[in-house]
Parts: sequence; C-alpha cells; structure tokens
Amino acid sequence: MNRFLLMGSREPTEGESARDLYEIAADLKKQGNEVALFLVQNGVLPARKGARAEALDRLATMGVQLLADDFSLRERGITDRRPAVQAVSIDSVIDRMLEGWKVIWN
Amino acid sequence: MTPKVLSIIETAYRATLEEQDDTTVWFLHALKGAGSPQTLLLRGNAVNYAVRSQDASGLAFGARKQTQPPRLAEDLSSISRKGVTVLLQKEDVERLGLSRDQLIPEVELVGRTRIATLMDEHDLVWWF
Amino acid sequence: MDAPTLTFLMMDPPYESARSTTALRLVDAAIRKGCNVNVFAYEGAVSLSFAKQAPHANTVHGRDAQQEDHPNPKDWIAALIAAAEKGGRKLDWVNCGLCIDERGVAEAVPGVRRGSPADFWKFVESSKNTLVIPTR
Repeated sequence: MNRFLLMGSREPTEGESARDLYEIAADLKKQGNEVALFLVQNGVLPARKGARAEALDRLATMGVQLLADDFSLRERGITDRRPAVQAVSIDSVIDRMLEGWKVIWN
Repeated sequence: MTPKVLSIIETAYRATLEEQDDTTVWFLHALKGAGSPQTLLLRGNAVNYAVRSQDASGLAFGARKQTQPPRLAEDLSSISRKGVTVLLQKEDVERLGLSRDQLIPEVELVGRTRIATLMDEHDLVWWF
Repeated sequence: MDAPTLTFLMMDPPYESARSTTALRLVDAAIRKGCNVNVFAYEGAVSLSFAKQAPHANTVHGRDAQQEDHPNPKDWIAALIAAAEKGGRKLDWVNCGLCIDERGVAEAVPGVRRGSPADFWKFVESSKNTLVIPTR
C-alpha cells in the first residue's frame, strides 16, 4: 500500500486534467492506497458549501481525505465549507512529504 | 536507492518553436543522461508529439530564419533509445483521430485506468 | 540526527501565476519545519531570483512606491535563504543555466547559483522527497 497526496490546484472547469485528478484519486483509493486530496489555489473553490461538486463528495464517501489550504480558502472568502473538507495549513504538505507520501501536483 | 520516476506530460506545443524542443521532454532526456530511471506518459494533446508527419520548418521573421525547428517525434524516439519507456494514453490518441501507423513505433499505448497503477509502481510522480 | 532535505522544482516566472507564490510558501513551510531545502528553478522560474526586479507605485490605488511596498520575489527568496541560515539549515537555490542564458537574467540575488538538470537529479537522489510544480 502506498500513500498519495494529490495536490489539486485548479477548479475542475479549468480543464480535463483537473477533472481527471479526482478520477485518479478514486482509482488509487480503489487499489487499496491511502489517498488525500489537498486543494490549493482555485482548487479550493469546490470546497464551498453549496458549490456543485458531487465528484468531491463521492471521493469523501470512498475514504479519500479532503484537505484544503486554509490560506487559499480565506483568500477566496470561503467561510462555509463542505463538511467533508478539512481546512489545514500548507505545513501539512511538508509533513506528508517528510513521512514519505508520494506528493503529486496537478 | 535510485528512485524510479514517472513523468506525465499533457500540455502540447508550449513554446516549442522558441525553444526548438519541448522543454520537459528535453529535461527528461538530460536527466536520463544523468542516470535517472524513467517512464514517460504522454496524455492530453501531448500524444500528438508521437505523430511522424510533424513539420515545423519554415518559420522566419524578416530575414531571420529558424534553422533548427523542433523535431518532437524524433526526440521521443531518441529518448526511447536511451531507455525511457514512452507511453501514450490511448483515449487521447483516439480522441485526436490518430491511427497507430501515424505514430512512431517506439511508443506503447495504455488506457487511462492504467495511470493509478503506474503511479503505484514508481517512487516519484511528476505531472507536468 | 541530520536534518531532512526536501527538493522542489518550479517552472513559473514571477507575476504570471499563483503557482510561483504557492511554491515559495512550500519552501517557507519546509524551512520553518527545520528542513534543508533544494530548489531547482527551471524555465521562467529562473527569473524569480533576478536581482534587477524593482518595486513600483500604484497610482490606481493612490499609493507611492513606499506605501505600495510591492513585493519582488527576489526579496522573498533572499529572505528565505536568510531564514534557513538563521535556523542552521540551507536553502540551495539553483537556476537552470540555459534557461538563464536565453532569458538574459544572469544576475541573481546572493545565495542563488547556476546549474543544470544534473544538479536537479543529484538533489532528487539525496532528498527525502521531491515535489515538481509544473507550469501549464
């Protein structure tokens, strides 16, 4: 089993690759890995409660950890988050890098 | 332990005329020379790099002619000869209407669902 | 026990994308957490440390240069190098040499050096982990 931290920097309408990231997160989870999706920059926009982001909710029900950069959230005025998304400091990326997670930027 | 690297390239033709290369393919070529074990996956529009009939010659600005246009398919063949496994995402090849005989022989086609397995099999994943 | 080392590769020039600031935030976080940090700046990212960046006023907001206090990434990088040193660590910032040449940005802030992809591979081999932040 591997541990993957996928960094989602774009909102899914910004491109196919940004949408693919969610699917790849699901595939990695189905393969038995520990998977976290760290949303940063515009990637946090779907984290707003009420945003149309069913794909994100599906990842949460599969057991993918949903993390969002607290600075990016505040920068975009996202004060009411989807319940499944946890606001964390960017330090958590460093923590996972040091713990040996495979960290992949998208 | 030398890490095995999976590099994924999706963006195509970004500054390739100015640089006379795809700078990411070039970079990976240089890293291979430095000893890095690699797999390269081209997806999105970057699968077009494997098309044999590309011709970027003839660019000129006034009297200044470009003498070394990018030769992206040749670069892929070259990196493959150096030992880099070059993969193309099959769905993007189909989406762009490409047939196998239009592509350089050195590439292998893989489905999108293979990406997670490839990520599992490599120590580092760089998604360009 | 030796401090762990992390490596980052960045590609974006200043003032064009959110990625360049996020990349520096990650470097900052790594330094604060006591890491040695390697940065390989490729393509436009070699301009991040260009010594001749200059701040400017903002007449739309009615601020002179001093009031605007407009950030230049070169100063952020210099501050990160100093922060690492103060904590007994090192930020080894390497700019890709060919990228510097073609952009004409050879003058970098002190503490930044010129290198090649081979340096990046040495960084990767000697680091605990490596994150590539591409440009798109």
